[in-house]
Amino acid sequence: MFAIDPRRTDLALEFKRRPFGPHSPELQAVLNVLRSSRHCQNLLLVCTRPHAEWMLAEKQPGGQPPRLFSDRVFASLEEAEWHAFRVRWETVTGRPLPAVEDA
Amino acid sequence: MPRVLGYADPLSVAPGEEIRFMVGTLDGPRRYRAEVVRLVAGDTGPGALRSVRLPTSIEGEHEGAPQPIDAGSYAIVEHPQAFGGLARLTVQAFIQPTRVPVRPSPRPQVVMGTWAVDGDAGFALMLDEAGALALRVGAAVVSTAAPLTARRWYHVAASVDLPAGTVTLCQTPLAEHTPSRERPVTVTAAVHTVPPPAGDFFLAAARRGIEDGRLRTTWHFNGKLDRPTLARRALSPAELLAAATARSTHLAAEDAVGLWDLAADIATARVTDRSPNHLHGRTVNAPKRAVTGHNWDGREMDWRRAPEQYGAIHFHDDDLDDAGWRPSLTMTVPADARSGVYALRLEADGGPEFWVVFYVRPPRRGPRASVAFLASTATYLAYSNYRARMRPGPAELYIGALPVVDTTDLLLMHHPELGGSTYDTHTDGSGVCHVSRRRPIVNVRPTGRLWNLFLDLCLLDWLEAHGQPYDVVTDDDLHAEGLPLLDGYAVVLTGCHPEYCSREMLDALAAYLGRGGRLMYMGGNGFYWRVSYPPAHPGMLEMRRAEDGTRAWVEAPGEYYHSSTGEYGGLWRRQGRAPNTLVGVGFVAQGFDRSSYYRRTRASRDPRARFIFEGIEEEILGDFGLAWGGAAGLELDAFNPGLGSPPWALVVASSEEHSNAFQLVNEEMNVSFAGADGRFSPAVRADMVFYEHPGGGAVFSTGSIAYVGSLAHAGYANNVSRLTLNVLRRFLDPTPFPAP
Repeated sequence: MFAIDPRRTDLALEFKRRPFGPHSPELQAVLNVLRSSRHCQNLLLVCTRPHAEWMLAEKQPGGQPPRLFSDRVFASLEEAEWHAFRVRWETVTGRPLPAVEDA
Repeated sequence: MPRVLGYADPLSVAPGEEIRFMVGTLDGPRRYRAEVVRLVAGDTGPGALRSVRLPTSIEGEHEGAPQPIDAGSYAIVEHPQAFGGLARLTVQAFIQPTRVPVRPSPRPQVVMGTWAVDGDAGFALMLDEAGALALRVGAAVVSTAAPLTARRWYHVAASVDLPAGTVTLCQTPLAEHTPSRERPVTVTAAVHTVPPPAGDFFLAAARRGIEDGRLRTTWHFNGKLDRPTLARRALSPAELLAAATARSTHLAAEDAVGLWDLAADIATARVTDRSPNHLHGRTVNAPKRAVTGHNWDGREMDWRRAPEQYGAIHFHDDDLDDAGWRPSLTMTVPADARSGVYALRLEADGGPEFWVVFYVRPPRRGPRASVAFLASTATYLAYSNYRARMRPGPAELYIGALPVVDTTDLLLMHHPELGGSTYDTHTDGSGVCHVSRRRPIVNVRPTGRLWNLFLDLCLLDWLEAHGQPYDVVTDDDLHAEGLPLLDGYAVVLTGCHPEYCSREMLDALAAYLGRGGRLMYMGGNGFYWRVSYPPAHPGMLEMRRAEDGTRAWVEAPGEYYHSSTGEYGGLWRRQGRAPNTLVGVGFVAQGFDRSSYYRRTRASRDPRARFIFEGIEEEILGDFGLAWGGAAGLELDAFNPGLGSPPWALVVASSEEHSNAFQLVNEEMNVSFAGADGRFSPAVRADMVFYEHPGGGAVFSTGSIAYVGSLAHAGYANNVSRLTLNVLRRFLDPTPFPAP
């Protein structure tokens, strides 16, 4: 099975710059792993103020309501995507994602 | 979350006619505010939502109270005296339970009987909390203590002899192709109780009580129930064993209290008793009929050709038909109200508003606009109360981004009694194939996810911005009235996603084109699934996700034919009427992370297409828009003469540069292959098509759901808006299109 190379922080930077596709094939492979519930939380975003505020939540089995992570509020979808990417990267690779910045 | 909910009836109303609103509050009585508005533009950004208030008699504050919903399907035989005082009785049926046990909170599931929880009396053959066959009669409960296996057929029976003080239970697994090590179980126990009192007889539920003057039910059964019978004597163990291996549970007439034939009247809510007692009943909350029975052998797939193999009903504890709420507000639509998309806007205690959308059609005998917007009410209903994005699953992988919901959507997860959409599964995992508009619907509104009606408002907003008068008619109207509804309109505009379509609707649109009508198909993935409107269930839609296509769930084998009409369900593409035959394009790909643009083709220079591009210099069209940044996105359609696209049609633009999230749909790739996403496959594209119809009409198709989201860009001064206006103006011009 494909495994994420934690040294490929260039792919994290690519995602940060453009969280919504198109992505390079290498980044898409990373996303396929991160978005698989096999490894990661089954996440969704709940808009709590239209156009202004979103919170992450985890889907629950058995028809139960999602569990809201209300400790963190996001001001944009891009910000929320980047946070989810970082959390999942660490979950899957076992290493926190180092700071990646635009050149 | 909203604190007040509601729904309207009828859905589509003409000026001068009456409309009723059923309103209920959440978490106790509370005051709410109501206002009727005509929707002009949706909430696509801060301050973007625009509506026009319609002064009405119901505007203002009202006292509200909760209106419960008794979800869960069952059948009821309302002849209580026939079931009282039975000192000896035998109940039998073939059953295929589908949720054994009920998790996470185990509870009984009644197969049949008169058990009334409020009176703690009656009798019921049921599955107990562990999923074992049990009988409850009076104060006595007897169980086989052997849980049944989900999705296996059994003969189940209970023979009760109260004077002798015995109950015999038999659960017998039927021989199936799937190997099983289960053995028949027979249990005889001593009981001492009195004969049950008179009471209504239920299949698949127990009476919970009367609340607010209405029957409430509980302990619903999940699964199939076939050939239920009730005898007035206690059959011997030998007779029960013989019945388990017989083809039916038939009884001698003199022994029968009821012999219910669930294969009769499948298209209706009737439950027919073949016994001399005529104890007929009715189904409640539209359980699934036309389902395979215990004896289905796979030789016939159509229930009408082998009704004896379709003698079952599939009940679900979350089925819902008409919520049955009492009317709270009633108004007469003003005679001068213009046709449009309207809503009753409800608000309570500072919570988010709840939108009860309805449609004001043009006067039945009065002036009409030259343009009709055909609201995709069949599709809106198919998606109504969509929960799938909030349930565990691969949604993020096919969206290409995190799913997004809002607090109004979350209502569905806190109130499962509101029922699901045709994209959801029941609690037992089977697909939802019936949806009713006679219940609160949380996701047909001008807010939330930019989809269906919300996105269609971008088209209405654009018509308003150009001062173009229009009428609004609905799929429901078109299904009921056919061609006469459209006759007289110079141009009919569809919504962005008219995915669900009945035969009557398709026939009417084809006839409209045949008589010279002009059709602007303003979206993608249209005319895809076949649906029917069950005459026995007003306000309901039936569909079966049969055979092929992009399916949220897969229909059960042998259950592809609609129960209401007998029509073969599934894709129109698989029934000789691919969308290409009507609008020149058909569904090929979808993705939901970012939309793209179109590039003009060489064919766009054809003199026949000159009118489309007047004043447009750009090669690239729609590289902007509210719907994920481009005019070509979400769901895409392509030209394909092999599926019936007219060969003379002009593909005037095609989209390109779609993201990885866009994948070819499975009906486009018979054998799975790599490189089928938007980064690799040129087949992943939207084709913009124009063709002259031999009947004198013409068709323009955008082939993309996202298209209408680009119309308002830069103050409506953009190439998508200009192109669309060019087409609309030429289509309004009665000058015939010369045959190519």
